[in-house]
Amino acid sequence: MLKTEELQINIGPQHPSTHGVFRMLVTVDGETLVDLKPVFGYLHRNHEQLGEVNTYLQNMPFTDRLDYFNSMVNNHAYARAVETLAGVEVPERAQYIRVIMDELSRILNHATAMGFMLGDMGAWQTALLWGMREREKILDMFEYVSGARMMCNYCRFGGVVRDIDDWFITELKKLMQGLPHYFDDFEGLLLNSEILLARARNIGVLPKELALAYSVTGPVLRGSGVAYDIRKAEPYAVYDRFKFKVPVGTVGDVYDRFLVRIAEMRESYKILEQAIEQLPDATGGFINPKVKQQSLKAPAGEAYARVESPKGELGFYLVSDGSGSAYRYKVRAPSFINLSSLADMCKGYTIADVVVILGSIDIVMGEVDR
Amino acid sequence: MALLARGELRSILQTELPNALDTRWDTQATDQPEAHGEGQTVLLDFDAVVKAEAIVEVAHFIRDKFGYDLLSNITAVDYLKQGLIELVYQFYNAADGGPDLRVRVRIGRSPEECIVPSLTPTWPGADLQEREAYDMYGVVFPGHPNLARIYMWDEFKGFPMRKDFPKTGDKYTHVTGE
Repeated sequence: MLKTEELQINIGPQHPSTHGVFRMLVTVDGETLVDLKPVFGYLHRNHEQLGEVNTYLQNMPFTDRLDYFNSMVNNHAYARAVETLAGVEVPERAQYIRVIMDELSRILNHATAMGFMLGDMGAWQTALLWGMREREKILDMFEYVSGARMMCNYCRFGGVVRDIDDWFITELKKLMQGLPHYFDDFEGLLLNSEILLARARNIGVLPKELALAYSVTGPVLRGSGVAYDIRKAEPYAVYDRFKFKVPVGTVGDVYDRFLVRIAEMRESYKILEQAIEQLPDATGGFINPKVKQQSLKAPAGEAYARVESPKGELGFYLVSDGSGSAYRYKVRAPSFINLSSLADMCKGYTIADVVVILGSIDIVMGEVDR
Repeated sequence: MALLARGELRSILQTELPNALDTRWDTQATDQPEAHGEGQTVLLDFDAVVKAEAIVEVAHFIRDKFGYDLLSNITAVDYLKQGLIELVYQFYNAADGGPDLRVRVRIGRSPEECIVPSLTPTWPGADLQEREAYDMYGVVFPGHPNLARIYMWDEFKGFPMRKDFPKTGDKYTHVTGE
């Protein structure tokens, strides 16, 4: 009888498959994973304390650095929290602009996240390149409206910093003409791939009840079959005016999360179409002119506002003491809380699967470590 | 299964689980934050404030009776002037949607008082958030399987998000004085 024993190894912190500076302390029995402990904090800069020192407006660009793929969504969530706290009204046009930016973010996030996940799987380059190609076009649009490609700093309290013009709408329509083609290509290329099926089906299964217990949100929760989408559950901005479906999975494996994300991109496309159609003209303005951006003070109290970020529930919890900066500033980061389910999802699978399962959660360390 | 309005949980708990409510906050009239001046933090009272030892019971109660099964958020807030640390638990009803249900626990700031039972055995999603509250605010959660520092390194002393933690002059930055 051959003597065997368990082995502890570190995946990361510097490892291409960990998507940032993230360490997994895994215990393996041969190839099979027995235990996994996520270790992080390598990017910790006490973002929440910075939020307590900065004024409300100063903190807006800092939110870009949380989930640096979706700075538009972070801005939106933070602006909503401050607006709730200070009782600021947002013009309708600004709400539509925010929705357009959010949905563009969702498409670019899912396109690249799936590209990275397939890259981890060994479907090297093509999938990621295609995702990056679409992302590039969307980033050009962001650059046009905000001046920056990734760190957009676009929302202000009571609206957005700059209006969109006819050129933007024309270019957006042009961009959108190419998107269905990309969705079809991407889906067709990969769904028929035997390698993808073998690597993703029944891997990293997270059953429905467990998903709820683990507080996961976003595509991971929906992949497990819970149709929970904040855009439907507690509509914000103008999401109650659009027709779209909430795609859900059945098994809760990596493959389901993959399918949910592809379906979500198509739904985002539908929302974009409707938003462009319904976009009000510029008479109502794109920002509430009454708000003093620089010297904004919120009455003492608290507020929590959340949006459906591409990764899940992104919320900001603010406590105000009546001064110009928050007394407590807390970020409910979706990637951070989704990570708590990682160990459970990975147990019993092989090391090669761990990399794929981590890719399927879609984490961003800027948001996890804060 | 039904959605609860703001403040409704408190009256329900008064009849169903009277021992769970923290009686220190029954008479405080701080529901009007506008009445307070600048620099004044207010303890909001329209949600249920429960005793630390009852949090597990209350969490099970609202999950089983009203379907609030998604524990979304655990936030620690340091109210230095009042000498309290408040934990805000936010629950959502995954089936019916709607706004959150907030349950609060208020404990003292000293190491002997800063203790709240862990929700991790039932809601494993609380795991990382409780570790964060421990790391940043020094709240101890008995029953947690692995209550270690999460962002700071293990040898780190003190709790950096507390309001009285010095922002300059610690031994790590080698800067002296304020």
